[in-house]
Amino acid sequence: MRKIKEFVIEKSLLSSALVTIAVTVGIISVLAFEAFSFFQEVSIVDFFTDTQWTPLFTKKHYGILPLLTGTLLTTFIAISVALPIGLSISIYLSEYAPKSFRKTIKPLLELLAAVPTVVYGFFALVVVTPFLQQFIPGLSGFNSLSAGIVMGIMIIPFVSSLSEDALFAVPKALREASYGMGATRLQTAFKVVVPAASSGIIVSIILAISRAIGETMIVAIAAGQQPRLTLDPTVPVETITAYIVQVSLGDVPHGSLEYKTIFAAGITLFAFTFLLNTLSFRIRKKFREKYD
Amino acid sequence: MTNVQKNRLKDQLFKFWGIGCTLIGLVLLIIFIGGILIDGLSRIDWAFITDLPSRKAEKSGIWTPLMGSVWILVLTAIISFPISVAAGVYLEEYAKKNRLSALLEINISNLAGVPSIIYGLLGLEVFVRIMSLGASVLAGALTLSLLILPIIIVATREAIKAVPSSIRDASYALGASKWQTIWNQVLPASSGGILTGVILALSRAVGETAPLIVVGALAYVPFAPSGPLDQFSVLPIQIFNWISRPQQGFIDNAAAAIIILLLITFVMNGIAVYFRNKWQKKLQ
Repeated sequence: MRKIKEFVIEKSLLSSALVTIAVTVGIISVLAFEAFSFFQEVSIVDFFTDTQWTPLFTKKHYGILPLLTGTLLTTFIAISVALPIGLSISIYLSEYAPKSFRKTIKPLLELLAAVPTVVYGFFALVVVTPFLQQFIPGLSGFNSLSAGIVMGIMIIPFVSSLSEDALFAVPKALREASYGMGATRLQTAFKVVVPAASSGIIVSIILAISRAIGETMIVAIAAGQQPRLTLDPTVPVETITAYIVQVSLGDVPHGSLEYKTIFAAGITLFAFTFLLNTLSFRIRKKFREKYD
Repeated sequence: MTNVQKNRLKDQLFKFWGIGCTLIGLVLLIIFIGGILIDGLSRIDWAFITDLPSRKAEKSGIWTPLMGSVWILVLTAIISFPISVAAGVYLEEYAKKNRLSALLEINISNLAGVPSIIYGLLGLEVFVRIMSLGASVLAGALTLSLLILPIIIVATREAIKAVPSSIRDASYALGASKWQTIWNQVLPASSGGILTGVILALSRAVGETAPLIVVGALAYVPFAPSGPLDQFSVLPIQIFNWISRPQQGFIDNAAAAIIILLLITFVMNGIAVYFRNKWQKKLQ
């Protein structure tokens, strides 16, 4: 009797764990199914080479490139902000800061990631853009620059906390050897600790990029909703995520080509983040083996 | 200046640079929250909380989206909690080192990195269309439950890992079965850590906007939902809607609603940190 009960419990716990597999299968099949029916009406060559994205206009073009450049532009700006600041924080906290300071500052930094993204969007549109307009006269009210900067601030804790864990995991003996040779903390940090923790730092950067690519509300609010093929950070652009939001806000009938476009855009986004996440998982696995 | 002095100077400079970087994010956050308090605080009164939405900014309240957020929070907790804790227990206590558990592990790590808007597309197709729940609170809660599943699973596993094996051994030595050990010893000992993870995950769910927009939550709902199949709006969507309007009155409304949303998020985070500290002390 007891054995049967134990068996039933184990199997029901297993089925809960299998729900996670079902979610992945669900995501991939939903995206693939709708995207497949999209590509029966729109040629896949046009999708990747056409330089205009105007599915909601009368003269329709289905080229993902403008959305893709919008996404990559905001991501690039965000990473340019988050990477130097996040890395400096992680090096400072693991190599310089007293233990008590570290303990108080870490939860505060994570607070940056706990703020809902719609709030950051408000910040970018209402505070940062008007502020930047004082220095950059041509800056449009919607632009990728302030959206990217604010997104960068949001992902600082992603970079700093993961990299700091990696730096902290570097064995003390390496540092002591370096100090023993007369190196300063800075020299030790950059010539010994950072190289030793490089795979962990790379993982944190990849995850931050993946996070920035998938970020939605900041760009939907502050970067605008005009898909255009440009690398100019001062004009309105549209990201893949912002386009999905734009269509979802309108009343698009199920089964129409417009409805399918959000899944075609979605599968492009998913492919990017999936590649980045898998890459980071691989590196992390390797990294673990190195020190255990 | 000798080389040694130069290197020491660089060392000191980096120290200040590091402190500056550490504080800049927080300083910006404080400036920003301060700005929001100035814009929004005067707008908050009892009527703002209990009023229904309106075309006029001064008459608009947040009652319907606030109730929508509460509904979403409760339903998401009810749906996600049992599944994700069960999955975490399975992975930590039962799973053998085989291909299935390796697959589960890489899959969960991948799910945690899937952008939230993709979950919205999944919910739109599966819950709203195929299961024909419509743009209901239940469809939204199911979508967010899937979104926070990996977060709670990871937290559950960490919490169970922290339980000393001596507790398990003692239980087995008294003749308890595996499940009796888990139910009577491991879960109570890890409950603080699990609770922390659940609260943090739910605070993330309360702030989510994009997946609910995709699922079809509305910006304007005349009444608060009275059942799980009713239409709904949530606070972040109301904020998004107000931000998109040009009139200053709505911007002030958005700032006021942000104060309420941040209050909810920070209180939940505070409770989570409190539970974590209490639990970590108990474990030691």
